[in-house]
Amino acid sequence: MPRLSSATYLEKFRKEILDHREPNKPCVTICSGTGCHAYGSEEVFGGFVKEIQRNGLKEKVDIRRTGCHGFCERGTLVVIFPEEICYVGVKPEDIAEIVSTTLIENKIVDRLLYVGDDGNKIVRESEIPFYKYQSRIVFGNNRLIDPKRIDDYIALGGYSALAKALFKMTPEQVLEEVKEANLRGRGGGGFPAGIKWETTRNAPGNTKYVIVNADEGDPGAYMDRSLLEGNPHSVLEGLIIGAYVIGSHQGFVYVRQEYPLAVENLNIALEQAREYGFIGTNILCSGFDFDVKVHRGAGAFVSGESSALMTAIEGSVGEPRPKYIRTAVSGIWERPSNLNNVETWATVPLIINKGADWFTSIGTEGSKGTKIFSLVGKVNNTGLVEVPMGMTLREIIYDIGGGIPGGKKFKAVQTGGPSGGVIPESLLDTPVDYDELTKVGSMMGSGGMIVMDEDTCAVDVARYFLNFLAEESCGKCLPCREGIYQMLKILNRICEGEGEEGDIELLEEIAGVVRDFSLCALGQTAPNPVLSTIRYFRDEYEAHIKEKRCPAGLCKALISYYIEPEKCEACMICLRNCPVEAITGGKNLVHVIDQDKCTKCGTCLEVCPPRFGAITKLSGVKMPEPVLQGAEVIRKRGGKR
Amino acid sequence: MVQELAEVDEILGKYGGDRSALIQALLDIQRENRWLSKDALKRVSQEFGIPLTQVYHISTFYKAFTLMPKGQHLVSVCLGTACHVRGAPRLLDRVIETLKIKPGETSADMRFSLDTVNCLGCCALGPVMVVDGEYYGKLHGNEVGQIISAKEIE
Amino acid sequence: MSEVTLIINEEEVKAKEGMTILEAARNAGIDIPTLCYHEKLAPYGACRLCTVEIIRGQRSRLVTSCVYPVEDGLIVKTESEPVIKGRKMLLELMWARAPGVQPIRDYGMRYGITGVQAIRDYGLSAPKTKFEIEPTFCILCGLCVRYCAEVKKKHAIGFIGRGTEREVVFFPEIAREECPNCKECYELCPTGALPSHYALAEAHHST
Repeated sequence: MPRLSSATYLEKFRKEILDHREPNKPCVTICSGTGCHAYGSEEVFGGFVKEIQRNGLKEKVDIRRTGCHGFCERGTLVVIFPEEICYVGVKPEDIAEIVSTTLIENKIVDRLLYVGDDGNKIVRESEIPFYKYQSRIVFGNNRLIDPKRIDDYIALGGYSALAKALFKMTPEQVLEEVKEANLRGRGGGGFPAGIKWETTRNAPGNTKYVIVNADEGDPGAYMDRSLLEGNPHSVLEGLIIGAYVIGSHQGFVYVRQEYPLAVENLNIALEQAREYGFIGTNILCSGFDFDVKVHRGAGAFVSGESSALMTAIEGSVGEPRPKYIRTAVSGIWERPSNLNNVETWATVPLIINKGADWFTSIGTEGSKGTKIFSLVGKVNNTGLVEVPMGMTLREIIYDIGGGIPGGKKFKAVQTGGPSGGVIPESLLDTPVDYDELTKVGSMMGSGGMIVMDEDTCAVDVARYFLNFLAEESCGKCLPCREGIYQMLKILNRICEGEGEEGDIELLEEIAGVVRDFSLCALGQTAPNPVLSTIRYFRDEYEAHIKEKRCPAGLCKALISYYIEPEKCEACMICLRNCPVEAITGGKNLVHVIDQDKCTKCGTCLEVCPPRFGAITKLSGVKMPEPVLQGAEVIRKRGGKR
Repeated sequence: MVQELAEVDEILGKYGGDRSALIQALLDIQRENRWLSKDALKRVSQEFGIPLTQVYHISTFYKAFTLMPKGQHLVSVCLGTACHVRGAPRLLDRVIETLKIKPGETSADMRFSLDTVNCLGCCALGPVMVVDGEYYGKLHGNEVGQIISAKEIE
Repeated sequence: MSEVTLIINEEEVKAKEGMTILEAARNAGIDIPTLCYHEKLAPYGACRLCTVEIIRGQRSRLVTSCVYPVEDGLIVKTESEPVIKGRKMLLELMWARAPGVQPIRDYGMRYGITGVQAIRDYGLSAPKTKFEIEPTFCILCGLCVRYCAEVKKKHAIGFIGRGTEREVVFFPEIAREECPNCKECYELCPTGALPSHYALAEAHHST
């Protein structure tokens, strides 16, 4: 198709697309993000194609594979328009019923509906509590478009912000709008994007670069992946607008190679955008040239740090540089380079279309707009949520997240990834806000929100993050490389029951130097998980060290699995399931775990029937004397004692 | 193992000697050949005009690259925070027991390679194991044996 | 390039724009400890020993003097409490990897670290070193690698790996040709371990 040669042509084309689409035509949308892929969304899609064909409905019903909807706990999600009927946990075997019941008979398949806490079934996707309390201004379009089809994006108004910026606004006006909106970096730093843009724009030099940081390295965070997979054009549109402001003609997208679907959809989007004239020379005949290169990462968390990322784009090892001259002034090949996170870029078109006033009406004084979080871990409704800044952690975890599964008690929520900290129950009413989260010893971070319960060990959490950072440290500077290593050694000792008096103080001492003397933000923020768990869960550290006890019952070296003789019903289930045959006993013989053979895998506890509940984890107490093997205890079947 | 240098040349040709594409070229070679041989690295160094030391630094710095050939079946266990909290370490123990190799290693018969990965982005399925690109979620230790045996027969 | 005046340890020091704090200090005869710095090489910022405190108004910051550019009116403290505290810890961490080597021992004596005390009070009553000794005899200052790359431009030696797996290796094919007639990096090495590294690489390659 010929390139769109002006804003007017774009509007004409948009109208043409909409004219060809019947708003009330039934459309089966299937969530096809990586999460749902793992649930088998491709088979579901294939199944629908076949079944719809088989029933002669091919012309009457559209099928669309969309970007991630966010409700990952209940994949594969199928939403049928125009009624917005939402079916959760759909499997290939459900397809025939859906087609005949819903598409042909216009009735609902009850059993596939979401069931609320009150037992009520909910039909429309937007009424499901998980979605109802969200504010999905950036992420919401994922569910309405096929990311591999640019026309879907245009149909929703896509690229109108670009046209407005290019033809109705000067670069200075666009910059003012972004500055007034107070859009702060969504990658974690929270630095005002408008000011960074301004610095880059004003820096001396004619060659400037704009970069999308899609190296999302925080484990447990996948918002950027879903945005890039599900709505790549929203990111590109923001990037082109930023390039226009800054005066850059070359953009880069640095994306993790661990995200193959995102790389694929991004490349398709770029090809289509070029074809239509949104990228390339003389965009929409405005005279503005801009193109984009995709650069894949190769598996290093540290390369997500902005100076390291730029070094990697240059083709060198992605190690950070000491940053006293801002990369906005001297970045890739020493040229002014503006780097922003995926979500930050994706928010820009909204601000241009709806204005800074609208944007600042959402959020708090210091943190405007919304933020996408990956709500994961020990939470019922795992998924990606977008909420207005200022919503409290409690509201997110309980109203949207549905609370903690299995009736377990909440312990803490971890935000900010390996650079962040834990937030305990007493602070659950903290609003999500850059400064508020920093005040309590954590940070906004890129958006990972890991919920932890009573079975999570705070010391183990610190150890987990330090282990991660030790592996990811580039190793260039001494305090990070050796300091993290030594802190990890101490934490390993503590978790293995060899903690000593003075360990906590030594941890704090090393932490201070790592924080103040490291070359880059990886090292500078590495102590956060340790310091914040010590701050809020010092008692757990002390239990590990002084009593050799793990209060959460997690640290293998400090726990023992024990079968209570009075409760054991000799059903042989644990015995048969033990992978190392550490359980002796038999029918009517009390089962006993041989502690020397036991690998603490926890299978026995998992399989012991709940009505017996004979297995417990002991920690920090002396093991009771084992039942003598010769003493056979006869049990009455189901009888009382 | 002799690596097809012709394949390497073809991949390098795509990038036209652009030094900044070094990492991208190495990613393509790794994917094509399942490892980066000494000869391949020397060729890359020559064609791009980049010192061998730098090529080796990059090849040993990034997790995506291996200087030893990978096995036929690639098994990855996710150790992201959400999976960790849902018991990934226990899952990894079972996988290690089953495959009899540790993360980063390849079995002697070259059938299996085991790796850990820090977040695949499907946290709702945690803990997750990927075998040859197929995702297995909400795994209990017992299922590991079945999945691996099925692969062995393949 | 214009001249600037900074105040280092309450002494006025003149410097040219574009210099680093370290260069300005050295010119004025003020000693700031370094282990990875060399005049012929681009500043690297790995050892962090040259960290100093700078003060602007009410706020102070710790910065690496080998890379931080001079500013007019900048107030610098090279031996303030947080700086010394940090240097001690850095030296303790280094000692665990390269115990007893001259430059670390010298700085260690200056700032008082456990390793030095242990040597001085050699015997059963000697205090334990702060960290368990796990010697590699390489503190990854990078002087050898950088010298061979930037000055000799031979690239016979390089880094591999990351984190604590990071190490310096000779590349036998190149080293065999270049090193016998050069060896200029040997005297740069703070731990003095380079000659053994070379010998090992040679031995390994010929087997």
